[in-house]
Amino acid sequence: MLFLRPVFGRAGRRTGGPLVNRWALLAIPVLIFLLVGFLAPLLIMAVRSVTDLPAGSEGDPLTNFRRFFGGEANLRVLGNTFFIAGLSTVGCLLIGYPYAYLMRLASPRWAGLLLIAVLVPFWSSLLVRTYAWQVILRDTGLINSTLRGWGIINQPLDLYQTTTGVLLGMTQILLPFMVLPLFTTMARIDPELTKAAANLGASPTRAFLRVFFPLSVPGVLAGSLLVFVLALGFYITPALLGSPKNTMLSAFIATRVQQQLDWGLASAMAMVLVAITLVVLFLASRVIRVRDVFGALDAE
Amino acid sequence: MGEAGSWRSPHRLALLALGVATVIFLVGPMLVVIPMSFTGAKILSWPPVGFSFQWYAKMLEDPQWSRGFLNSMQVATLTAIVSTILGTLAALGIVRGRFPGKGIANALILSPLIVPVIIIAIGFFAFYSITRLTGSLPGLVLAHTALAVPFVVINVGTVLRTMDRNLELAAASLGADPVRTFWRVTFPIILPGVFAGALFAFITSWDEVVVSIFMTSTRFRTLPVEMWEQVRQVVDPTVAAVATVVMVVTTTLLLFVLVARRRVPVR
Amino acid sequence: MTADTPALVLGGVRKRFGEFTAVDGVDLEVRRGEFITLLGPSGSGKTTTLRMIAGFLTQDEGSIRIAGEEMTRVPPYRRDVGMVFQNYALFPHMTAAQNIAFPLQMRNVGHDERRLRVAEALELVKLASFGDRYPRQLSGGQQQRIALARAIVFRPRLLLMDEPLGALDKKLREALQLEILRISRQLESTVVYVTHDQEEALVMSDRIAIFDKGQIQQLGTGEDLYERPTSVFVADFVGESNMLRGRLERDGDGMWLHRGAWRWQVDPTIAGAPGLGDGVAAALVVRPEHLRVVAIDAPKDGANGVDAAVTEVLYLGPTRKIELALPDGVAAVVRQPAGTEGDWRPGDRVRLEWSVDRAVVVPDPAGDAPVAPDTPQLEATPPDAPRPAA
Repeated sequence: MLFLRPVFGRAGRRTGGPLVNRWALLAIPVLIFLLVGFLAPLLIMAVRSVTDLPAGSEGDPLTNFRRFFGGEANLRVLGNTFFIAGLSTVGCLLIGYPYAYLMRLASPRWAGLLLIAVLVPFWSSLLVRTYAWQVILRDTGLINSTLRGWGIINQPLDLYQTTTGVLLGMTQILLPFMVLPLFTTMARIDPELTKAAANLGASPTRAFLRVFFPLSVPGVLAGSLLVFVLALGFYITPALLGSPKNTMLSAFIATRVQQQLDWGLASAMAMVLVAITLVVLFLASRVIRVRDVFGALDAE
Repeated sequence: MGEAGSWRSPHRLALLALGVATVIFLVGPMLVVIPMSFTGAKILSWPPVGFSFQWYAKMLEDPQWSRGFLNSMQVATLTAIVSTILGTLAALGIVRGRFPGKGIANALILSPLIVPVIIIAIGFFAFYSITRLTGSLPGLVLAHTALAVPFVVINVGTVLRTMDRNLELAAASLGADPVRTFWRVTFPIILPGVFAGALFAFITSWDEVVVSIFMTSTRFRTLPVEMWEQVRQVVDPTVAAVATVVMVVTTTLLLFVLVARRRVPVR
Repeated sequence: MTADTPALVLGGVRKRFGEFTAVDGVDLEVRRGEFITLLGPSGSGKTTTLRMIAGFLTQDEGSIRIAGEEMTRVPPYRRDVGMVFQNYALFPHMTAAQNIAFPLQMRNVGHDERRLRVAEALELVKLASFGDRYPRQLSGGQQQRIALARAIVFRPRLLLMDEPLGALDKKLREALQLEILRISRQLESTVVYVTHDQEEALVMSDRIAIFDKGQIQQLGTGEDLYERPTSVFVADFVGESNMLRGRLERDGDGMWLHRGAWRWQVDPTIAGAPGLGDGVAAALVVRPEHLRVVAIDAPKDGANGVDAAVTEVLYLGPTRKIELALPDGVAAVVRQPAGTEGDWRPGDRVRLEWSVDRAVVVPDPAGDAPVAPDTPQLEATPPDAPRPAA
């Protein structure tokens, strides 16, 4: 019989309660499931990166990693991945910062609507969105047809399967991850501070630059790190909207598996990607509680 | 929020314009797909010409699409059920539970959100092909459940955390033992969170592409994977019709979630 | 269990949270039908004690008996104790009537009888037509009344209330205080009430237990606590008091408190109580309404007195409040009806007088540094009493 022993006052062991209470049992099913169904596959892959070695190099477990870092094409893909992730981050920042600021100024009702607007891409199908960009960016798509119809251009703009197309698609999907941490940080900035600055003689611009912006920096950092990390792992959008020269690491890994069945190399690259992800996330966690951002994924 | 200040000043107007542009950027593209699906033309070009249901008809005729639709429905429903049960239990265990290593457990539960999806995809592919679960309904459900559980845990966890603990104490003082307290007081109160989590789990599975690409076979495909095959070839606007249907389903479910949240009486 | 088994007995109850001892040896006996209040500042242990009675916490030491039964092993849902929380704790997903019916359902009361008793309870708290409303549709005061109805509908042996009126505004609080009192009398309930508001305690309680640092400092009726406090803490916490600190001294049959060049007569029975006595550091406590203000050169008629200077005279409608400063800077307060003789102004030198039987002596644990004999005075003369032997 479960005996409810809710603890009143300072939580934690100091209260003299048990180290493990019965509620803990409920977490067991999901932990087993994830250990077997999620962690195990990843660990196996980690192992394969050092065991699935090409013929002739059985002595060197790091062969696959050497192959990866040694190949020029590989490094170009890695560089491109960082490049696109970086540009996406900048794009999200440029668009997201004013948007978050607008949300902060708006009345609660409008702020809520703006929040929903920013979450809409997150909750709609990735494929649908990317397909929509196809429709918009193609030579016979929305942008080109409209501009031609207005007589602004004669030749279609090359937007589809270009870096620009990829950036547009990725920015749209990643924007919520920039706006949410930014908004959370901005919401915590006391509105009286800018008024105090004004009272002390600062023009609106200076008040913003010297008072508001510095206080919003943690949000900027958190959002940027988060967007960067997620952008690194993108697969669908760059694959559909980009050209072969925009290949990102995820697609690269996918082709290694699907076409060349080179599990060793693919696993090694996957490990590299995971490692980069974890490092960047660790940095982000120094600045803001990452859980706050993911907490926004409930229906609010 | 809602700071006072004139909305007519140039700064504010520029901000507002930027905001409107951003909203169009965010929401617009997907809306473009809808008129596209009704085009009378035979090719995928803008603007749509005429008005026709031909692509919806084609979608319904083509067994690929209807099978894909049914498969997706099955997988998503089962995923929602399994992940909601696992996730709700997990949330209760994490929020109310005390055990060493709780932080690590929490990180493990949320990790599918963070690990790049391609890695999860090939990992699952390797692992499940050993157990011959690829290309089957159970395998896909298992894979999607791992991806969906975090959303359930987050939703239920939030409601649990913000729930007034005194309610359970009150129930106890009124004579309810822990089991009755849970079913009569705790569970009804967290139900909106459970419901929202279930819907998010469904949507996650319904829209899931990358892992599905690796986990499906030609015999058993989900709708997003069918779309992926078609979209790369850019054949005809049938995909637009499918995309519209997908959006309608997702939007309807999201509206359900919003309505459910409005009725949350946690205090 | 007989008719005079106490409703509640706490024996040597202790509770620690890590290094911090929240409740440090509490003994209490509550009679049936009594309304007892646990009064004290935040952190004094009163709420923790209440929660242990309810069973939400288990004590580290000591026993808790409800109607003679030892409760240590009994979980909260079997203690048959009603509890009213400060934030009401009404189940938001049930109507008011369903909330009230809940404890009856837990006790497997039949449907018809439930309906009857719920209606009775609603009637008792004067919310008869509000049964179908949800808590969010009710005001704070109404919610609290429903919470009360829910806590008494099953006729518990003991009713516990944890600062139930804390979240309400003053007028509402006062109205509900009387409501709670009326209902508890009507039901002949035994009530243990926790509050930090001494006025509330005085209004409602048969007896009050004053808590400080996890212990009961004094237990008694409101009058006991007000007129005869037994410690500096209680004298300070309940009402206003004037305190003169000094050292007790026996002089033949009488007891005196002396401070520097001054000494005052004190009641020997009080001064002879345990904790006090010859040589003990003590404080003389006089309530503001027991002090008289007379001209500094008025004839002394044997009452105790001390010189003072008026610092402030405040007109408060029916009463007047005079603030003064004593020779070594200690502040004093006098309250008198507005028509009392004497037109004092700030700066006036006066004498404060009181009768011996209107003052109380309490131990002064902080007062072991006696005032030096030549403490600066306001050019006042000490009373005409023989100087005590140094």
